[in-house]
Amino acid sequence: MLTRAPVAVALPNLRLGTRRALWAYAFLLVPLLFFLAIRVAPAVSSLYISLHEWNVISPEKPFVGARNFQTLAHDPKFARAAVNTIRYVLAGIPIQIALGLGVALLLQRINRFRGFFRALYFLPFVTPIVAAAWVWQWMYSQQFGPLNQILVALGLPAQPFLRSPGQALYAVTAMVVWQYLGFQIVIFLAGLEAIPRAYYEAAQVDGASGWRLFRHVTVPLLNPTLVFSAVYSTIVYLQLFTQVLNMTFGDQGGPLAGTLTMVLYVYQLGFQRFKMGEAAAATAVLFIVILAITLLQMRVLSKPVEY
Amino acid sequence: MDAVEARLRAPAAVAASGKRRDPAEWLAYLALAAGTVVVAFPFYWMIVSALKSPIDLFDLRLVPSHPTLDNFAQVLTRTQFPRWFGNSLLVALVTTASVAFFDSLVGYTLAKLRFPGRGLIFVMILATLMIPTEMLIIPWYIMSSAYGWINTYWGIMFPGLISAFGIFLIRQFMSGVPDELLDAGRIDGVSEFGLYWRIALPQIKPAMAALCIFTFLGNWNAFLWPLIVIQTGQMRTLPVGIALFSGEAGSAWHLIMASSALAVLPVLAIFAVLQRQIIEGVTLTGLRA
Repeated sequence: MLTRAPVAVALPNLRLGTRRALWAYAFLLVPLLFFLAIRVAPAVSSLYISLHEWNVISPEKPFVGARNFQTLAHDPKFARAAVNTIRYVLAGIPIQIALGLGVALLLQRINRFRGFFRALYFLPFVTPIVAAAWVWQWMYSQQFGPLNQILVALGLPAQPFLRSPGQALYAVTAMVVWQYLGFQIVIFLAGLEAIPRAYYEAAQVDGASGWRLFRHVTVPLLNPTLVFSAVYSTIVYLQLFTQVLNMTFGDQGGPLAGTLTMVLYVYQLGFQRFKMGEAAAATAVLFIVILAITLLQMRVLSKPVEY
Repeated sequence: MDAVEARLRAPAAVAASGKRRDPAEWLAYLALAAGTVVVAFPFYWMIVSALKSPIDLFDLRLVPSHPTLDNFAQVLTRTQFPRWFGNSLLVALVTTASVAFFDSLVGYTLAKLRFPGRGLIFVMILATLMIPTEMLIIPWYIMSSAYGWINTYWGIMFPGLISAFGIFLIRQFMSGVPDELLDAGRIDGVSEFGLYWRIALPQIKPAMAALCIFTFLGNWNAFLWPLIVIQTGQMRTLPVGIALFSGEAGSAWHLIMASSALAVLPVLAIFAVLQRQIIEGVTLTGLRA
């Protein structure tokens, strides 16, 4: 019995294996066609469009080589959108990470109502962005907004916020930080919980406490979470659109294009001015930036963490 | 020698740090409560403004002197809000059902079945995650114009019907389903589809719940593509409807806030019920990545 069993099983197994493989391909057929038709082909097509003069209205779409990219390079609005996008990243992410880590550490300190606080901070993350953006626009209102009422009550001058080319971008950033803070906190809480208590205990034995414990135990051990957060948020901030469009709706892109982002620029170029070739070229630039950041993250995170 | 000493002293250190109600803990409560006020204020302001009559709107009292539901009534009757709500619900539900089915099927297949090309197919699906949506909207628009998908439900939904991230997520969880369970099913004569549907799928319910919640929320909130593909008032989803209505409403903030509140409140209700699953879902999905 024992010696015959493998032979008896092996033969039908071969056929079973083939049958199972066929089932696998059957299960994958529709999804693979979907990814090919809705993701891969359009991505290739986008690169193709970026090399052509592509106006929806005109039937002729001549090949123009790199001219769309040159046009972008000379368009002050593209430069504005690129610089603004970098400003969003530089202004928002350090604050989001610092506040997120701060609140997560505070949440670890308390014994009661932890879930309650966590839920409240998380609330903006699940709130419909469009609705939230309009609430923030109303809060920033120059004459009647509550923020200016508070400033005036404190004896400070009222601020133009979204109506000022200098302030608008940071006013939008504040809303984005508000929206993603809860997500950031939850990510940090998970990261903090993954740090073995023994490390803290060992460090305390060595006389470390407070700031030194944070600096030499928490931060190094939280490094993968920090890198993940920074990269994930950067990709989110590079693609800001909904918040910006809705908070500076009447004056799309804000006063003097002060809040204009790359994606809003693409939207205006492609769907309001119908210059699809140039718009596609702009998305290709954005794609390369995001790809570079993703690959960099993979290299950093694939390094083993040294404890 | 040091190690022994450390082990001896460690419990004392833990006991000291675990002491309840030290002043630091009270300060932590205070700081957290102050932060909560800032985080919650926009919600409060939205609801209070939505309850104010236009005359009271600018008096900025924290509690409305004459609260009224009139703004809600106006939004519901003067705009196509109920229709937008229904559109969003339909789009989000169908998309979520499609993602739940296809993502789990593909995740199961990639995790549990052996066949030539398995690794390659998985890497190719993952690679599509690197393509940003903005890069695709122009070809999608051209495609939709060519096939008559502009301003249709299919046009709004098609980009989101299968999610590569969801496949990645479900594949991780499906890998944890024991092979013995599937083999036992095979011996009992369960079909290949039945193995996925009746045996593997019930094993990963928490992951499926997280996937469904986030897919639903993502589609309920989707804005960029719907804004482009929708062309008539009737077809608008809630975010597009609110944005364009608010844009036209000018400074009728009481109506803008009422429409925002009507969009936010159902989500808050869902969050109140599923709060734990949603937050744990972030940990579940974010950290498996």
